[in-house]
Amino acid sequence: MKQEKDPEFVKFTGIEKRFGKVLAVKRMDLEIPEGSLVTLLGPSGCGKTTLLRMLAGLESPTRGDIYIKGRRMNDTPIHKRNLGMIFQNYALFPHKTIFDNVAFGLKYRNISKSVIKDKVEKALETVRLPGVGERMPSQLSGGQQQRIALARAIVIEPDVLLMDEPLSALDENLREDMRREIDNLQQALGVTTIFVTHDQREALSMSDKVVVMKDGFIQQEGTPEEVYNNSINHFVADFLGHSNFINSVVKEKTGDFLSVTLEDDHTFFAVPAGVLNTGDKAEIVIRAQKFKLGYRTDHVPEEGMNVFFGKIVDRSYMGGEVSYFIELDNKLVLHAINFVKRSPYRRGDEVFMKVAPEHCRLLKL
Amino acid sequence: MKNKPWKPWVLLAPSLTAVFFLLVIPVCFVIVYSFWLRGPSGQDIPAFQFGNYAKFFKDFFYPSILLSTLRVALETVFLCLVLGYIPAYFFYRTESRLKPFLMVLVMLPFWISFIIRTLSWINILGDSGLINHLLLKFNIINAPMPMLYNEGAVIMGLLQYLLPFMILNIYVSLDGIDKSLAEAAKSLGCTEWQAFKEVTLPLSLPGVSAGCLLVFVLTCGTYLPPMILGGPGNEMIANLIFKRVIGTLDWPFGSAISTVLMVLLMTIVYTYNRYMGISQIFKTLSNES
Repeated sequence: MKQEKDPEFVKFTGIEKRFGKVLAVKRMDLEIPEGSLVTLLGPSGCGKTTLLRMLAGLESPTRGDIYIKGRRMNDTPIHKRNLGMIFQNYALFPHKTIFDNVAFGLKYRNISKSVIKDKVEKALETVRLPGVGERMPSQLSGGQQQRIALARAIVIEPDVLLMDEPLSALDENLREDMRREIDNLQQALGVTTIFVTHDQREALSMSDKVVVMKDGFIQQEGTPEEVYNNSINHFVADFLGHSNFINSVVKEKTGDFLSVTLEDDHTFFAVPAGVLNTGDKAEIVIRAQKFKLGYRTDHVPEEGMNVFFGKIVDRSYMGGEVSYFIELDNKLVLHAINFVKRSPYRRGDEVFMKVAPEHCRLLKL
Repeated sequence: MKNKPWKPWVLLAPSLTAVFFLLVIPVCFVIVYSFWLRGPSGQDIPAFQFGNYAKFFKDFFYPSILLSTLRVALETVFLCLVLGYIPAYFFYRTESRLKPFLMVLVMLPFWISFIIRTLSWINILGDSGLINHLLLKFNIINAPMPMLYNEGAVIMGLLQYLLPFMILNIYVSLDGIDKSLAEAAKSLGCTEWQAFKEVTLPLSLPGVSAGCLLVFVLTCGTYLPPMILGGPGNEMIANLIFKRVIGTLDWPFGSAISTVLMVLLMTIVYTYNRYMGISQIFKTLSNES
């Protein structure tokens, strides 16, 4: 019974936005499939909010086209685009009751009063805040206000739900709950959602697709697993999670892996990301979580395993995990994160850190 | 550390002392004077009698000036509101780099003497003033148009004095409104105008309300524009007080008129506050933070 989902429900072609001399978004192409939750992830100033605002109709693109459901939207004013928008600071109307806030969009859609009442009540139930209709926004907590903002946006049954850093004004614990709530709601309603954030955890945990942006360009797009495990460049690998970068030169192909030479002439095995030839300079990327630590004196050499030796120079306990900074014998400092159970190490301990070649990716420099 | 609740009051003490000695006490003097008698040779005789008030309300002459003062004040408030909201809204919406410069232009009149600004209107509106000069030169009119010494000129003079107060009051209120509120309204189906009507305008009402009250009270107490730009029929209540006290040195009667004006304004401010709510302004401000 499920209808075919439109893979290009929202489409940007050659979109560009210039503010004075600054190009905020540079010739960007992006397709967003129907019913998916797509995150635009990047540091501030990467153009993610500008892209969202252009889709919303709050900014007009300098060049390029925007399509929603195959219709070109460039010249459609914001109030005719049928979008639900969630703002960072909730943007509830402080002089209207919660009911009037949620009913606001319906009022402009020629819907009878009794239907409005039903729809508002249903929306308030959906965000698990029934019975607050008579209250004023200032009487609700931040998390509740954001849920009302969500209700106000979904009650008009928008084609696309746009969220501009909706969680960043909430405190840590609440943010986690709210994130799951948005995720569940989006799944239940199946509404195409574009979520702008600079928080990689939000992006990785809730998205169907993550679009990593920097300087107005898309750096990489893909599922959370793809962008995290197969980051295609230094920026993405560095922005997502904790990565170590080590310079090397490609030596030869060895079985499934490439063997490379490190700056201190050590030989190292890694998986190439892309085409690499002998003599190419490459950067090894290793996630901090992929290292296994042990006392240096307990080390048993293993065939085909990469090993470093060093001394713990910094250690911070993070609850379930411990983060170590380890200075190698060649003065390079690497970052490793291990579970507490396996990590009884203290500052100053001499350790080895091993990592399997499949967890080491080679990026061409 | 001990908690000393009186400590903040130390900071307030100099201002409170100044207000008490420089405002409360002189006002009390005025009220006391209003009950005194004026002797035949012009000397003030201490007394407690209501003759001065009786004189004020004896016939329609004095109350009619009071009424026309209130009417001029209302007209000024209305014009200030219409002419002031537009630039205030412009300042709120503009992203122009010229904004600070334009804001300075709004405040520029505060740096020029009020009396000079008022007098300069004679050179613009007078029979040989700028406007008549130009109109005559281009043969649009044959004889100078009388534009000075009437109520229009008085209101003109009041506008140039009071408009900055209105603009700044409204602007401060608008500036506190999150721009994403109007964006949210538009995303929900409002046109630009509907979003303004539904969201921005109601939320700017505290500033509008404060601006209107300020302009009204200041108009009721001003005497320079009617004195310089007005004709014989355009006297306002403050001119009357000025004439009595400075002109004829009739302190008791001048004080009585002052007291009538003061009581009237206090009643108006109190009622206004009750229904339009100055307290509402504070509430909005505290909700913002």
